[in-house]
Amino acid sequence: MAMDSGAPKESFRLSMLLYDSRYRSYTIQIFVLFCLMLGAAWLVDNTIKNLAALGKDFSFSFLWNVSGYDISQRPIEYTSTSTHARAAIVGLTNTIILAVMGCVTATVLGVLAGVLRLSTNWIVARLMTIYIETFRNIPALLWILVFGAVMAEAMPAPRDFRGADATASMSLFDSVAITNRGVYVPGPLFDRSLGSVDLGFISPSLDALAFIVVVILSIWANKRLVNHATAVQNATGIRPVTWWKSILTLFVPAILLLLALGFHLEYPALRGFNFSGGIQLRSSLIAMWLGLSVYTAAFIAENVRAGIMAISTGQSEAAAALGMQPGKTMRLVILPQAMRVIIPPLISQYLNLTKNTSLGLAVGYMDLRSTLGGITINQTGRELEGMMLMMLIYLVLSLLISSAMNVYNNRVKLKER
Amino acid sequence: MSDSIDLTYVRTEMLPEQTPPTNAIGAVRWVRENLFNGILNSILTILSILAVIWIVMAIGPWLMNSIWNSDSLSQCREILTAAGSVNHEGTHGACWGVIKERWPQLLFGFYPSELYWRPTVTFVMMCIAIAPILFPSVPRKVLWFSAAYPFLAVFMLWGGSIWVTITAALGFFLGFAALTGLAGFGTLVATTGAILIPILYWLFGWTPLSDGLTNIMPWGIEPVTTSDFGGFMLSIIIGLSGIVLSLPLGILFALGRQSNMVLIKTVSVVFIEFIRGVPLITLLFTASLLLNYFLPPGTNFDLVLRVIIMVTLFATAYMAEVIRGGLAALPRGQYEAADALGLDYWKAQRLIIMPQALKISIPGIVNTFIGLFKDTTLVVFIGLMDPIGLASAIRANSAWQGIYWELFIFIGAVFWIFCFSMSRYSMHLERRLKTDHK
Repeated sequence: MAMDSGAPKESFRLSMLLYDSRYRSYTIQIFVLFCLMLGAAWLVDNTIKNLAALGKDFSFSFLWNVSGYDISQRPIEYTSTSTHARAAIVGLTNTIILAVMGCVTATVLGVLAGVLRLSTNWIVARLMTIYIETFRNIPALLWILVFGAVMAEAMPAPRDFRGADATASMSLFDSVAITNRGVYVPGPLFDRSLGSVDLGFISPSLDALAFIVVVILSIWANKRLVNHATAVQNATGIRPVTWWKSILTLFVPAILLLLALGFHLEYPALRGFNFSGGIQLRSSLIAMWLGLSVYTAAFIAENVRAGIMAISTGQSEAAAALGMQPGKTMRLVILPQAMRVIIPPLISQYLNLTKNTSLGLAVGYMDLRSTLGGITINQTGRELEGMMLMMLIYLVLSLLISSAMNVYNNRVKLKER
Repeated sequence: MSDSIDLTYVRTEMLPEQTPPTNAIGAVRWVRENLFNGILNSILTILSILAVIWIVMAIGPWLMNSIWNSDSLSQCREILTAAGSVNHEGTHGACWGVIKERWPQLLFGFYPSELYWRPTVTFVMMCIAIAPILFPSVPRKVLWFSAAYPFLAVFMLWGGSIWVTITAALGFFLGFAALTGLAGFGTLVATTGAILIPILYWLFGWTPLSDGLTNIMPWGIEPVTTSDFGGFMLSIIIGLSGIVLSLPLGILFALGRQSNMVLIKTVSVVFIEFIRGVPLITLLFTASLLLNYFLPPGTNFDLVLRVIIMVTLFATAYMAEVIRGGLAALPRGQYEAADALGLDYWKAQRLIIMPQALKISIPGIVNTFIGLFKDTTLVVFIGLMDPIGLASAIRANSAWQGIYWELFIFIGAVFWIFCFSMSRYSMHLERRLKTDHK
């Protein structure tokens, strides 16, 4: 049509690749791609040359060789005749145990400290400020070393518990022994144990599995019960009394199972030069756990405080106008809204804590970095493969945590229409 | 009837004002309102006071019995025993003699003691160099000194021939000359020239030129290898380099992540997420163990330099995310206004977007700086002598075997002072740059 001929019809010229913003982005991208490929080729070429010069190859077969070293903390079965792969998995399990323990404690401490820092109580608020500012501004590594030194230097040795003139005694009704070798706590024992199932790779205890299954089923049943109560309330306006039913569904099946299995606690006792029986939480675990928890809790406390302060005062005033008490206002009005602000930084604190578990080397905690990234690399000389594998595992771990927390974040996010 | 009302009880003058009851004024009132205004608060107050008393009882006597003059732990314990500072666990008192005796080592590591003046002068120059950046009241001309400072610092600390530093700095002058000299051929040519010419110079011209000049005029100071670097000097070197380098790189990656170009965006996202997904310690181990694999056979460069590169990359990823948050928080209208004014991409970024986005992200940026400075302690794992590494080295000496708390308290206090002042400065900067209505 005649209208179309209004715009001058431009033919493509080479200079448009540089000066026309429609094409320039392609030029830049192709240039960057070229540089990247050149750089990658250079790195790979160097690596191949260096490996050849050292007479090494690139293979992960070392993972199936006998490791030949011991690991102090073994959540799954492991001996020095196990493979390097198994050592890596023991290390990974230790990393995850520490990360989970640390995240739980840090959250509890952090929320507590964050809320208390906003307290009207002068001395409590000041103490929390001092705690947060002290722990946030001193490196995590130093805190881990401090707690490690506290465990090693300030705690009594097992021999101090012996004899009539013992200088140390067990705490919590003679059930917990805090020594410089670690903390001994009572452990579960089953008289009529179901044994364990051998999966070849790991052999989990059937007692623990049965207990976990029963607890999950009870929680699910309780959720059904509560949902039913809510449905009845929505339909009739009267909420049926559920608290005793909840308690029954939550606790009775688990208690029955424990009775059936003949559950009892085994208390640690001093035998010879050391405590035996019960569960030993090694000094290294305690130092890492406490160090990382109190360090990360200081950051979480600041996130919690920021989240609470982000909620406008109108919300708490409205709650007060409805006649709510301060505790209820916090629990029902402020915190649910503050959670939305708190969760994204909380995710990154969990990630930081998980990554900081790699400082375990400082106190001799056998995490992934100490097993796969430490002794295995030193023994096999496979730095390249070992480091790549370790980085990959940490990367997957981080991505798993952030995606799990993002799912939760999306669930509690304000649904705006 | 009305006449019969007896008015004798009506007061004709005001009563004098009474003082309020003693429990509603002054300290008593303050205590009631702030410490005991409810059962829960009273319990918390009592618990807090007990905690404070417990801490003071535990640490107070130990600090009060401090001994400053002793050459070894055993000597310190003898002095303490003679002074009667003992409890059931043995001597009870702080032996600060270790700090006094090892003070230069904690500051400079194993730097040659006759050359201590060099790091000291570098530190003083650092204070001068960062002053105009931190405080606008300092004359702007000092900024020229700040620009020259990195070269001065490298020369002073590493030593060696002066020509290495001067010829390295020459690369930047070449770049600047290319930028202005080629401006007549268009921005693209000038920018390409300003990037390519210095790189080519550093690759091929730098070493021959500095070697030649050193041969002609062998001016320089005694070189010091980085394996002798240590203590807080090392922490500050790594921390400051990381801080200075990670901010511009972080801005670039944040822009890359926001870019419309798919490839640039992918590269930025992969870089940021990879670095943020792995612990810093694995990157440091890569620097110490693996970098030799990736570089041409026979290259071997300074461990401290490798650590600085890795720490910078690590901080860059976090910085990019912080700045991306600032960019996202900026209203869309700002971008559109820049476009409407006809500004090109870099001008819009430089004049409109970045000043606002960086201002929004100040708290996050400073937090990243603080995190980076604290993370410099991790270099102890690859064998560098940072303060924590020195603490172990001092304990390994028989004179100070078994000394923990004094060293930890000293190191912690120094880190605390640095990090706390950084966070206070960021609060001050936020207030200073605040332009909205209060």
